[in-house]
Amino acid sequence: MIDWQYSESIESSDILSIKKKYSNYIGGKFVEPKSKKYINSISPSTEEVLSKVPLSNKQDINSAVNSAREGLEVWSKLTPNQRSRYLFKIARLIQERSREFAVLESLDGGKPIRESRDFDLPQVAANFFYFAGWADKLDLSWATKSLKPYGVVGQIIPWNFPLLMLAWKIAPALATGNTVVLKPAETTPLTALLFAEICEQAGLPSGVVNIVTGDGSTGSLIVNHKDINKIAFTGSTQVGKLIQKSLAGRDVGLTLELGGKAANIVYEDAAIDQAVEGVVNGIFFNQGHVCCAGSRLLLQESIHDQFVKKLEKRMQSLRVGNPLDKNTDIGAINSKEQLDKITSLVNEGVEDGGELFQTQCELPGNGFWFRPTLFTNVQPSYSIAREEIFGPVLTTLTFRTPEEAVEIANNTEYGLSAGVWTEKGSKILWTADRLEAGVVWANTFNKFDPSSPFGGYKESGFGREGGRHGLLSYLKASS
Amino acid sequence: MGNIKTSDVSIEWSSVLEMVHESRIDSVGLNERVSSLATRSIKKDSKLEALNMIVSMCDLTTLEGEDTEGKISQMVAKAIKPNPLDNSVPSVAAVCVYPSLVGIAKEKVQNSNVKVAAVSSYFPSGQVPMESKLLDTKYAIDSGADEIDIVINRKAFLEGDYRKVYDEIVALKEVCQDVHLKTILEVGDLKTYENIRKASLISLAAGSDFIKTSTGKLSVGSSRQACYVMLKSVLDFESETGIKAGIKVAGGIRDAKDAIRYLVMINEEMGSDWLNPELFRFGASSLLDDVLKQIKKLKTGAYQAGYYFPRG
Repeated sequence: MIDWQYSESIESSDILSIKKKYSNYIGGKFVEPKSKKYINSISPSTEEVLSKVPLSNKQDINSAVNSAREGLEVWSKLTPNQRSRYLFKIARLIQERSREFAVLESLDGGKPIRESRDFDLPQVAANFFYFAGWADKLDLSWATKSLKPYGVVGQIIPWNFPLLMLAWKIAPALATGNTVVLKPAETTPLTALLFAEICEQAGLPSGVVNIVTGDGSTGSLIVNHKDINKIAFTGSTQVGKLIQKSLAGRDVGLTLELGGKAANIVYEDAAIDQAVEGVVNGIFFNQGHVCCAGSRLLLQESIHDQFVKKLEKRMQSLRVGNPLDKNTDIGAINSKEQLDKITSLVNEGVEDGGELFQTQCELPGNGFWFRPTLFTNVQPSYSIAREEIFGPVLTTLTFRTPEEAVEIANNTEYGLSAGVWTEKGSKILWTADRLEAGVVWANTFNKFDPSSPFGGYKESGFGREGGRHGLLSYLKASS
Repeated sequence: MGNIKTSDVSIEWSSVLEMVHESRIDSVGLNERVSSLATRSIKKDSKLEALNMIVSMCDLTTLEGEDTEGKISQMVAKAIKPNPLDNSVPSVAAVCVYPSLVGIAKEKVQNSNVKVAAVSSYFPSGQVPMESKLLDTKYAIDSGADEIDIVINRKAFLEGDYRKVYDEIVALKEVCQDVHLKTILEVGDLKTYENIRKASLISLAAGSDFIKTSTGKLSVGSSRQACYVMLKSVLDFESETGIKAGIKVAGGIRDAKDAIRYLVMINEEMGSDWLNPELFRFGASSLLDDVLKQIKKLKTGAYQAGYYFPRG
């Protein structure tokens, strides 16, 4: 018997030069913050400080919004065809520099290079290509010609897919003729700032894209700015509610893409081995930092033991470690704060009576890490079955009949996504029809395409991103 | 239907049927998993280890009408010492020949640890009466074969007569006794993943020590997808019976890179127990030379031409 260990295979970061200090990107220029304050961006896999970025204040936001307003003057006078060409150019530049972006994304955010290289970056480019194609077809796409861009859009994005969420936000906004002020997440600002270089390289007119960094207070300044026409937010339900409160009574558009606690339903007549793979991908993709993660595994009682046995075995083969190692499956948890949250919810789960299984593997010394975790013997009343953990933690519940599966699946305040596993086509349709979720994946999970609309039910938010529906999030009816 | 128990390891027919009927495979998901495993980056020491493992797992094969004593001698010499200039390269696992050449091969391998495998049961088509298959196999064993590679009855399989497929293997296993039995499914004929799984389970239940992808005589040989279906079947069979069976992939595996991908799959899905010539084999004729070249390249940095390596 040979114990065959893979040698390290590290993606080189030589291609990248990270500056010691970054500035905001406002009006086509890199400008130092008027606040004169900075925050550190660290690498969650080493806790090493990578760089510092502005902690923007009110004056900084003012100048960003003003410059977006000026940018709108130019941007709205271009022909749709010209706007389309800029977006195509951005898409191509991202493809050209994708390795640079992928390495930076993994360094700053902790996700494995395999995912940033094979998922995030191709998706980012695909979104710009896709929406570039829409820019000159808007007038022909609806029965009415009264749909107009909002104007200046404030966009606040999360840390789980930093550059991809930027693409989901910026590409449709620009394609529909808006200009943007975008704030990347506090812990993952670097790829957005590198994207600012792409805007420069593409010769995008100044003020069309403005990128300001900061923390929650900066986000709140954008939301409350009086000259903003629309807010697009992706993040927690808690913050989403605060934003909605702030905007109540104001003539500001809003789309929210919030949390989730997706059910992944496995029927006894599923292709079991592929369902195991799908469940693993559903929860451990991107360390479980995915709003649509399949975090509740719903197993039919008849296959529970067999399935759990296979799942535990599969989890044991997951490789946790250095995000830049090409063989890493699970990278670092994005921040200390998130690690604490996951740890405390998992402890609560154990206290409640959940049975815990964790992958046995060595974790690196520095950085933030959490072992892939599976809970069995969980009751629907436990907090691990109700709250969004946003980490590599899977909770198993059981059901007896399809009716019961649907009931448990919908027994949550969220409704972002769901999965159904069965080889029987009619059962897929029956189940999907009854699930209150924005996306239902059948015999697969976590599949994305720019042409496919994405968004939630209930407390998972409203508005759609992607596809023709995604354009409507950036257009409003005018007389 | 009762059990015709002809050998200690054959499993009762009713439980075979049960497993066979539960063959559900989602091809999209399977393909995805297999391609994801192919992205593993195997470098440096782990690569050298893999290459040496591949050599030790090779069944060096010649199965041609033109095979002669001279050809067998050449091949056996290469099997024993794949690279005469580098003693750290291990011998291959076995040489694989037609029954009439077993005697010669056996004589040439002498006391090396290289085994002699024979293809029998009217390889590659198997389209003869059962009596002939038994005779063919018995002849190979009497000539000294350490291992027997048979083909399943694809006619019976595709006609849905799974019982016949099973019974034939049971009967051949009885002839083999302790001689290792490798059963070739010929995945290129079976086409669907469900068929490959059914054939795997039937062959395992009938007492095969190994299941093997292909004869190498079709244009469609082994594929990593087929191997994945087979390894899952082997694992399910083990969890049902406690019996660890082996897998041999053959046909169309031409370079080291491809072979390493198979190893990664075995390593991650089955675990290190199976990273062993006793449980995993490559049937190949041209693979070995590429592996030898890669070993040389890793050690010296030079990628040498074919003529630096002896003919097999």
